[in-house]
Amino acid sequence: MKFTLSWLKEHLDTDASVVEIADTLTLIGLEIEDVIDPAKALEGFRVAEVVSAGKHPDADKLQVLQVNTGKEMLQVVCGAPNARAGMKGVFAPVGAYVPGIDFTLTKANIRGVESSGMMVSERELEISDEHMGIIELPSKSRVGSSAAKALGLDDVVFDIAITPNRPDCLGVRGVARDLAAAGLGKLKKDPVKPVKGGFDNPVPVKLEFDKETKDACPIFVGRLVRDVRNGPSPAWLQARLKAIGLRPINALVDVTNYISYDRARPLHVYDADKLSGAIRARLGKAGESFEALDGKAYKVDEEMCVIADDRAVLGLGGVMGGEETGCTEETTNVFIESAYFDPKRTARTGRTLNILSDARFRFERGIDPQSAEHGIEQATGMVLELCGGEASNVTVAGRAPKANKPFRFDLRLIGRLSGLSLFHRVIVRKLAALGVGLEGEGHVLKAVPPSWRPDLSIPADLVEEVVRLTGVDKIPATPLPRLSGIAKPVLTVAQKKTRAVRRLLAARGLVEAVTWSFIPKDEAVLFGGGQDELALDNPISTELSQMRPSLLPGLISAAKRNRDRGFADGALFELGQAYRGLKPEEQFVAASGVRFGQSSLDGAGRHWSGAAPDAGWAAVKADAMAALEALGLPQSKVQITRDAPEWFHPGRSGAIKLGPKVTLGVFGELHPDTLAALDADTPMAAFEIYLDNLPPSKRKSTAKAALDASDLQAVTRDFAFLVDADTDARTLVRAASGADKKLISDVSVFDEFTGQGVPDGKKSLAIEVTLQPRDKTLTDEEIDAVAEKVVTGVAKATGGTLR
Amino acid sequence: MSASELDTLKAELLEAIASASDLTTLEDARVGALGKKGRVSALMQRLGTMAPEERKSYGQAVNAVKLAVSEAIEAKRETLAKAATAARLAAERADVTLPVREGPLAEGRIHPVSQVTEELTEIFADMGFSIAEGPDIETDFNNFTALNIPPEHPARQDHDTFYFAEGPDGARPVLRTHTSPVQIRTMLANKPPLRIIAPGRVYRCDSDQTHTPMFHQIEGLVIDEETHLGHLKWVLEEFCKAFFEVPEVKMRFRASHFPFTEPSMEVDVGYAKVGDEIRIGEGDQWLEILGCGMVHPNVLKAVDLDPKKYQGFAFGVGIDRLAMLKYGMPDLRAFFAGDLRWLKHYGFAPLSVPTLAGGLS
Repeated sequence: MKFTLSWLKEHLDTDASVVEIADTLTLIGLEIEDVIDPAKALEGFRVAEVVSAGKHPDADKLQVLQVNTGKEMLQVVCGAPNARAGMKGVFAPVGAYVPGIDFTLTKANIRGVESSGMMVSERELEISDEHMGIIELPSKSRVGSSAAKALGLDDVVFDIAITPNRPDCLGVRGVARDLAAAGLGKLKKDPVKPVKGGFDNPVPVKLEFDKETKDACPIFVGRLVRDVRNGPSPAWLQARLKAIGLRPINALVDVTNYISYDRARPLHVYDADKLSGAIRARLGKAGESFEALDGKAYKVDEEMCVIADDRAVLGLGGVMGGEETGCTEETTNVFIESAYFDPKRTARTGRTLNILSDARFRFERGIDPQSAEHGIEQATGMVLELCGGEASNVTVAGRAPKANKPFRFDLRLIGRLSGLSLFHRVIVRKLAALGVGLEGEGHVLKAVPPSWRPDLSIPADLVEEVVRLTGVDKIPATPLPRLSGIAKPVLTVAQKKTRAVRRLLAARGLVEAVTWSFIPKDEAVLFGGGQDELALDNPISTELSQMRPSLLPGLISAAKRNRDRGFADGALFELGQAYRGLKPEEQFVAASGVRFGQSSLDGAGRHWSGAAPDAGWAAVKADAMAALEALGLPQSKVQITRDAPEWFHPGRSGAIKLGPKVTLGVFGELHPDTLAALDADTPMAAFEIYLDNLPPSKRKSTAKAALDASDLQAVTRDFAFLVDADTDARTLVRAASGADKKLISDVSVFDEFTGQGVPDGKKSLAIEVTLQPRDKTLTDEEIDAVAEKVVTGVAKATGGTLR
Repeated sequence: MSASELDTLKAELLEAIASASDLTTLEDARVGALGKKGRVSALMQRLGTMAPEERKSYGQAVNAVKLAVSEAIEAKRETLAKAATAARLAAERADVTLPVREGPLAEGRIHPVSQVTEELTEIFADMGFSIAEGPDIETDFNNFTALNIPPEHPARQDHDTFYFAEGPDGARPVLRTHTSPVQIRTMLANKPPLRIIAPGRVYRCDSDQTHTPMFHQIEGLVIDEETHLGHLKWVLEEFCKAFFEVPEVKMRFRASHFPFTEPSMEVDVGYAKVGDEIRIGEGDQWLEILGCGMVHPNVLKAVDLDPKKYQGFAFGVGIDRLAMLKYGMPDLRAFFAGDLRWLKHYGFAPLSVPTLAGGLS
C-alpha cells in the first residue's frame, strides 16, 4: 500500500517528520517497506529565470542565455527552441548529475562560447519523455528555490506492508486514523458531504440471489450523473496516482481509483449509454463470459458474483469490470456503483480466474460494509467537481451487512495478557481513537467495534490494539518462573538416542548432511517407495516431487555430486525422517550413511601408511554396529541375516535383526544397477538404521552391576576349521561359544582364508577361544576336553573339520 | 713365568680385548684368555705343581692378571653392546615428519542445523522447556484450521502450501508449512502447564536465493494460567543473549498479525554489518528474526482449553536463519546441497557438544 505525505496530511493533522511517521508505522504493525523521496534525485536543481536570450555567434540553432539562478548570473548555451527571455525553468549547475543524459555537468565551451550549467527538459530529468524544449515553470515560481518543489515532485511516498487483518489500512484515511491513535497527530474531520440528487435514477438495480447466496452482494448502491465532460483528470490527481504507481486514465476512472486508495472503498463506473435495461447483481451462469478491463476474456461459473445488464455479463463483482461498458473520454452519462461483495466468494473468483486487482485485494480482506453510501457520495462529489453534470437520486438495493457484534470487554484482560498496567482513561482514549465505542462503567464495558474493523470481534483483539498503540517496549520484561532449582533433563529417550547416534557417526568420520525430504519419483521407486499417495500434488519440480522412502537416494546423489566435484573418497550420513505412508505413524526416523571411494574408519584414500580399503560391506557394517552399540544394543544381542533389500549387492549385504520380526537396520555394498540408475559411477556402501524399531530401553538404576573379574588366568586356544565356502561365520562362532557356556567367555574370528592349501568350495576359518576358569586353574586335561567339545560342536553345526 | 713375562702376557691379552671389534672377537679373546684352555687358565693350572711359597706369590700375580682381563672384557662387552644398540637404532631411523592420518574425529562433522538445534535445546531446557515433535505430513486441521486459519483465509495463500492428493475422506493432507501444528498436537495430548519447543523441518512451495522449499523452524509454546507478554519478552531477550553469546542484544518488538496469536508481534534484533559479517548486539540496523504473540483464544478453543482460564505465548524462529546469522553462512540453499566442502567448512567437530556450562560455541 502506497501513499504520499501530502495525501496523508489531508487526513492527519500532524507536525511529525517523515522519519517519525515511518518509525511509528512500523512499530504499530503497518510495516514500512520503503520511503521514497523523489526530491532527493533533484536536489541540485533550482528554479532559474532566463534574463536574456541572444543568438550564438557561430551556430544557428543555439542561443546564448543569461540565466539568473538566484545566486548569480550565468551564461548558458542552449539549443531548446522554446528558450526565451523572461521564462522560468529548471537549471542544472556545474557539478549536477543529469540522469536523462547520464552525465555530470562541467564548465563547457560550446563553439567558442563558455557555458556554465544547463537548462533541462523533462526527459533529461527522467520525469517524462518530453524533449521538445526545456521545462517551463509558472511565472510565480521563486527563482533559486527547489526545482523538485516547483515541479510538484517533493511529495514523499510511503510504501507499507498491510497484514491481511487490516483492510481498513488499504485506504489512506485508515492509516491516518492509526497514526492519530498512536499519538502522532489528530484525525481531520471527514470532508465528504452527501450530494442531493436532482432527478430519479433511471437505471434500475436488482439483486438476483436466492436466500443461500444473497450474501454474495448484500448491498448495491447506484446513481447516475448525467451530462458530464470526461477527460484527463487534473494535475494534482494525476500526480497522486502516478506517485503511488497507478496510471491515470480519465477523470471518471481516476476518481474510482483515488477513492479505492483514499478510503479502501472500491467503486465502479459504467458508461450509462452502453447499458441495456437494469443493472443486475447475480451469480454467473454456465457458458457466460465477458471481456474485462485488462483486455482478456474470462469465462464465469455459477459460483461467481457477476454484474450484468439485461443483455450480458458486464463484469465480476468486486474483482474487475468489463471493457465494453467502461468509461471513456466520450462518456457523457455515468452510472456509479458502490457495492459490497462477500470476501470469500471474491477471493475464490479471483483465484479461479487468476485476476489480481486493487478491488479484489480489498474486497477479499473485507472492506467496511457500511461504506457503500459514503463511497457513492464521495464519488459523486468528485465527479461533479471534475466533470460537471447533474447527479440523480441514490438507489440503494439490499441492506448493508452488519458490523461485528458488540461484546463484553473486561479492561483487566489487558494486564492479564500483556503485563501492562494502564489507566482506564488511557485505554478508553486509545480505543476511542480507533473508533471503538466503550459503554458502561467500571472494569467490564460493552465494546462496540467500528464497521471498518472486521478484525475486532473478541476481547483479545482489543488487547492487541492497546498493546500495539502503547508499544511493546513499554511492557516490562518479566522472568518466567523457574520450574526447579536446577534445570531438569527434558529430552525424551528417542531424542537422546538420535543425538547419541549423530555424535557417534560423526566421530567415526562421517559428515552429516541434510538432504531433501522429497526426491524424484523414479528414485523413490528404486528404494521401495513411490506410492501415489506420497506424491506431492503441486511439487516445485519433478526432482522434488515424491516423499522419500529412505535417506539413501539423497545421500547417494550427494556422494555422486561430491565425486563429480573431485572428492574421490568420502563418507556422508543423515539423521532424518522417511515415509511409508501419509499417517504420522508411517513416518519413521532413520540414521543412514554412505561411504564412497576408499573410505573406512581409519580414514579415506591413499596414504603412505597404507591406503584405506574400498568402501565395502565391512566398513558400513562396523558403522551400523557401532551406532547400535551406542544405542545400547551390542553386537552380541543382534542377529545378522542375509535378507537385505534388493538395492544392495545380494552377496555383500545384510539385515540387522532383533528376533525374527524386528529389523533394526540394513547394510551392504550397493547394487551396481541401483548405482547406475542414480548415475553414480563408483562403488559405494551404505547402511540404514531404523531408530523407531529399537526396543524401548528399560529404565536402569544409575548403579552399575558389580564387576565380575576373575583372579584366575584366562586361557586361549586357537582352532582353524575347514568349512564349506558358504558357511556363515556366525554359525561357526555360535557353535563354538555353545560348546561350554560356563567356561568359554569369548570366541573371536581371527582369520578367513581361501586359496592355496584350501580345497575349492571350502574356506578356512580360524577362531580364538577364550576360557575363563571360575574356581580353579584348569588342567591340561580339562582344557583338552573343552577343545574337543568345540571341535565336535563346530563339526555338528557346520560340517567343518579341524585343519 | 717371570713377572715380566706375566706383564707381557697381560698386555697382550688386554690388547686383544681392546682390539676386539665386535662381541664375537671379544668372545674369542675371552676364551683365549679365560676359557678352559686359555692362557690364563693354563697358568692357573700350573699352580698345583708349585711350592707353597712360590704358589702364593705366583697365584696372586696370575689372579691379578685374570681379574684385569675379566674387567677389561666386561667393560669392552658393555661398550660393544652399546655400540651395537646404537647401530641398530641408527638403522631403524624413521622419517617422523611424515604426516599421520588425522583420524575419524578430524574427518567427521555435525551439520550446522543439528548443532544449532542442540544449542537452542540447551538454552530452552534451562528455562524448563521440553522438546515436542510432530510429523511432517499434517492434516489441514492441525496446520491451518485449529490455528485459526479457516479455509478461505487469505493467510492460506501466503503459506505456499505443498498438498497431497485428496484422500478417500475428502481431506487433503499437507506438508506442514510451519512447526505450529506441534502446538496443537501438544495441547491435545497434554494438560497445562506446558512449556515446549518443537524443532523440525517445514515446507513451502517457494524457491529463490533466500527461500528453499524445505527449511527448519523451532516453535516455542508456554501455556498456563498467568504467562503474559512480559514473560514472552523476557524469554526472547534471554534467548537472544544466550544464543548469540553477547552481553546485550538490542531488540525491537513490532506489532504484526498472525492468525494464531493475538496480540502478535515480529521481533527485530539490532546489528551492524562489518565487511560481510553481521554482528548481532552492535550497530543500529534492524533484522527481523522471529514472529510471536499470545496464543489466540480460538486456538485454545480448538484444543478444548478454556481461554478464560488458560493463556500463554507462542513463537517461531527459522533455525537455518539463526545458524546463518550466528555462523555467517551466506546462502541458505547450500544447507541442503550435501557439498562436502561446505559441510567440512561450516560443520562442527563431533565432540564439540554445546553446553551452557562450557559455552554454546
